[in-house]
Amino acid sequence: MQQPSLTTTLKALLYLAPALIILIVFNIYPIITSFLMSLYTDYDYFNDIVYRYGFDNFLFLLHDADFHLALRNTFIFVLGVVPVSIAISLFIALLLNANIKLRGFFRTVYFIPFVTSVVAISIVWRWIFHTEYGLLNYFLSWFGISPIKWLTDPQWAMPSLIILAIWKGLGYNIVIFLAGLQNIPEHYYLAARIDRASRWDRFWHITWPLLSPTTFFISIISVIGSFKVFDEIYALFDGRPGPVRSALTVVYYIFEKFYRDQEYGVASAAAYILFLIVFILTLLQLYIGKRRVHY
Amino acid sequence: MRDALSKGTIYLLLSLGGILMLLPFAWMISTSLKPANQVMVMPPIWIPHPIQWSNYAEAMRVAPLGRYFLNSVIVTVLSTLGELITTILAAYAFSRLQFYGRDILFSILLGTMMVPGEVLLIPNFVTLTKLGWIDRYEALIVPWLASVFAIFLLRQHFLSIPKELAYAAKVDGCSDSRFLWEVMVPLAKPAIITIVLLKAIGSWNAFLWPLIVTNSKEMRTLPVGLTAFRTDVGTIYELLMAASTLVILPMIILFLILQRYIVEGVSRAGIKG
Repeated sequence: MQQPSLTTTLKALLYLAPALIILIVFNIYPIITSFLMSLYTDYDYFNDIVYRYGFDNFLFLLHDADFHLALRNTFIFVLGVVPVSIAISLFIALLLNANIKLRGFFRTVYFIPFVTSVVAISIVWRWIFHTEYGLLNYFLSWFGISPIKWLTDPQWAMPSLIILAIWKGLGYNIVIFLAGLQNIPEHYYLAARIDRASRWDRFWHITWPLLSPTTFFISIISVIGSFKVFDEIYALFDGRPGPVRSALTVVYYIFEKFYRDQEYGVASAAAYILFLIVFILTLLQLYIGKRRVHY
Repeated sequence: MRDALSKGTIYLLLSLGGILMLLPFAWMISTSLKPANQVMVMPPIWIPHPIQWSNYAEAMRVAPLGRYFLNSVIVTVLSTLGELITTILAAYAFSRLQFYGRDILFSILLGTMMVPGEVLLIPNFVTLTKLGWIDRYEALIVPWLASVFAIFLLRQHFLSIPKELAYAAKVDGCSDSRFLWEVMVPLAKPAIITIVLLKAIGSWNAFLWPLIVTNSKEMRTLPVGLTAFRTDVGTIYELLMAASTLVILPMIILFLILQRYIVEGVSRAGIKG
């Protein structure tokens, strides 16, 4: 193999230049600036002069009731979406894996919501959630449930958001679960059948442990994705974070501080806290992912 | 006997789930074709009578949906093409060239993948303001012309192409760049199609960034235009559903045609769109 030299390095730079310029200007530089911005405590935006640095923005977040609400709602959202979504998508993936015809057809059907615009489909769901004429309340009326004010009652804002997110994300999880299931060697199941293990036993003693790396991967990816929920809220509640701010999440908070209030320092600090959460989860994934033996 | 019974149950459950997945789309299309007096009724009407295609024309009349559509097409096509070119060049350098600092550079780039996009939002907005690009196509396209994830995916694919092929080409007097475009790129076609599709879907559906960097009606992309449209028409749901259909349908069609590459790409790399 060729050794690195000045000539090859120059040549490589030529190939790398287009990507590197974009990535440095719009990816790497902002990571640093954003961190510095979170430390701006006295800042003249119009003239781009910083008078003082400090931790005031983080202290502000520590005491800001809105930010606490945003964190709380985001955690509720994550806890509401991830476990249910994983349980349902694993169940469907198991059904699809059961050597049936039309597997490809069903996989396509379940995957469709994932490729559609979050904003557009949220507007469709807005119509489905309509209190008087919405489809959902109509179906519920068959079971004698009186109309629920999905989008206007603060108590129901988060559940509505969670229902929409679960529906939209199922297909992605199903596809990954299917790939994981197909990696489990058939002979384990054959051996279990010879031992007359029940379907339930086969699931708990073969599928579940052998699938654990996939399950773990999906949980982490879903948690990270759910932490960043924004588009759904904006479209579902018409540019507001739910009735009486009942669906305010961390990214929505960042958006408001930045776009509406022009408080760049506070918004950057909040973004860095989000980064910290995502970072810890990613490290956890790398750490456990490496340690976990595939049995 | 027991297995046959449970097969039936499996089909039943899968079909029920499938109906739940498709129902919102059916409801959207059905509503988009209804005369106004059949929209807000209980119980709901599923088949509009008569089918009112003019809702689409009406929606396009109320808001410049055609313009939004055009903007979305321009932004999607240019950022996808651009990203593809920067990705192919960079992936080639990372997989085939020996140069100083290669591994460090690659690790740094991979590290940036951990940073959520929301962190980049404000500094990028400031940068674009300084460049005078706010409310122009540049703002919608240029920041998205390179992706570490795409480079990583294609590099992995390039690495799996045997080196002997490159030596043979060299002996035959084939230049490096010709070898890249005429041998490696065609060989990496599945990975490239996956990259293109995921980028196109992401770009078409992007919302937060276009919302922030556009001010005028003329520059809005479809998702941003759709939220403005929703504020304008309020509760005229037949028009809202017609506009939503225009946003959603192109990506569903693209997906149905090329789904193999998307589904395989997702299951191979575990990508979050």
